[in-house]
Amino acid sequence: MTRISVKVDGTTYEDEVEPRLLLIHYLRDRLGLTGTPIGCDTSNCGACTVDLDGETVKSCSVLAVQADSGEVTTVQGLARDGEWHPLQKAFHERHALQCGYCTPGMIMAARDLLRENPAPDPQEVREALEGNLCRCTGYQNIVRAVLAASGQEATT
Amino acid sequence: MIPPAFEYTRPTSVDEAVRTLADGGEDAKVLAGGQSLLPLLRLRLAFPELVVDVGRIPELRGIREDEGTLVIGAMTTHHDVVRDPRVRRHAGLLAAATATVADPAVRHRGTLGGSLAHADPAGDLPAVILALDATLVAVGPGGRRSIPAREFFVDYLQTALRPDELLVQVEIPARDDWGFHYEKFQRVAQAWAVVGVAALVRRDDGRIAEARIGLTNMGSTPLRAEAAEEALTGATAVGAVRRAAETAADGTRPSSDPSASPEYRAHLARVLTRRAVLAAAGMG
Ligand SMILES: Cc1cc2nc3c(=O)[nH]c(=O)nc-3n(C[C@H](O)[C@H](O)[C@H](O)COP(=O)(O)OP(=O)(O)OC[C@H]3O[C@@H](n4cnc5c(N)ncnc54)[C@H](O)[C@@H]3O)c2cc1C
Ligand code: FES
Ligand code: FES
Repeated sequence: MTRISVKVDGTTYEDEVEPRLLLIHYLRDRLGLTGTPIGCDTSNCGACTVDLDGETVKSCSVLAVQADSGEVTTVQGLARDGEWHPLQKAFHERHALQCGYCTPGMIMAARDLLRENPAPDPQEVREALEGNLCRCTGYQNIVRAVLAASGQEATT
Repeated sequence: MIPPAFEYTRPTSVDEAVRTLADGGEDAKVLAGGQSLLPLLRLRLAFPELVVDVGRIPELRGIREDEGTLVIGAMTTHHDVVRDPRVRRHAGLLAAATATVADPAVRHRGTLGGSLAHADPAGDLPAVILALDATLVAVGPGGRRSIPAREFFVDYLQTALRPDELLVQVEIPARDDWGFHYEKFQRVAQAWAVVGVAALVRRDDGRIAEARIGLTNMGSTPLRAEAAEEALTGATAVGAVRRAAETAADGTRPSSDPSASPEYRAHLARVLTRRAVLAAAGMG
């Protein structure tokens, strides 16, 4: 067992974990933060995307011990004072989800994009989301929602 | 799936990492960004007893210039490579190819050293490093040694690194005025290359004075298209480039998988070489 200290969505946790424990399993099974789903076994789908020390990572492809002394933000840490994050609002309003399985990862990946590029064009949005698969929406409304959240009305 | 159990250690210096690897023997495995190793562990295709996490060794990270050579620490992430102005200036081919690797979240974790040490012939960076004639520096119990890229890739997922050696940095000769282009053929966005071609071209007076062509996924290791490189020397027109590109698959032994037959890969190598060289030479 290895001792870790991780800040997740503003709360610091100290835990003993097995080195093989994946960050996604730590978040879901140990901390009960089930807002972040697991979608695949191959690191492809991006459903499990969270922020680790200010950058998106696929939490199924990071060990909990690698996050030791780090800071994690999940989709559950985005709302402020009961107010949804602008991306959460935009996804809701623009019908950017159907089953919703990909949504936490999509929102985290889109947030990462907007941090670096506050006014992306549609192509840049698509490229930023290339590691996130959606099996329902066909992506159109997801791209629209991200553009809307960035203050741009989509024309596509 | 859940990875098999292993012991975990996180050394804070190269010396400590090398000692730990030597003690661990064949059952120890380096963990860099984990973007190849963790999927393998999850699929239970690897069973290390000891995982040596080199992610917190400051001397392994970062980029610097040293008298005409670009030195990139093994643990420098794909994300940092793509954004670094020195990489863009001196080794634009590497920046361009790295931008096509995987997706942003994988590029935040995955490292240059990890991609090269993993030596997947479908990976984009081995062929690029080969075309750039880079040198790989390894540290082991016996000290430090430099391995030319041509000798580094030994076979499918196999390199010249010994189990107790750590890849510490990659040294790339600056080629500021060479034209470059990475042409990758993939089935869908984010998929691995079916075939990729890394082209570097030095032009002199409107003719191609020198060309370097690295091939991704045209055999069990990355390869140089030597016949095409030779045929390109002196080319002045699009027609000559086209003819030279016809030799791009000569001497290769591409694999067969559900996305492509060897014949199709050879065809792609010729077409992509033509496109990559024309783009690199500004003849498009
Ligand atoms: C969804 C997905 C898509 C991808 N698509 C692409 C793609 O299109 N093109 C591409 O090129 N790659 C792709 N990759 C792979 C990615 O580039 C990985 O980052 C890279 O292959 C491994 O780098 P890493 O730092 O994560 O290494 P790790 O996974 O940590 O290590 C890989 C191997 O190298 C060894 N190793 C690592 N560092 C060292 C070192 N310094 N010294 C000695 N041995 C070392 C490890 O022991 C291990 O065997 C993809 C990965 C994923 C998950
Ligand atoms: S569950 Fe992490 S990428 Fe699919
Ligand atoms: S909404 Fe169902 S997978 Fe995206």
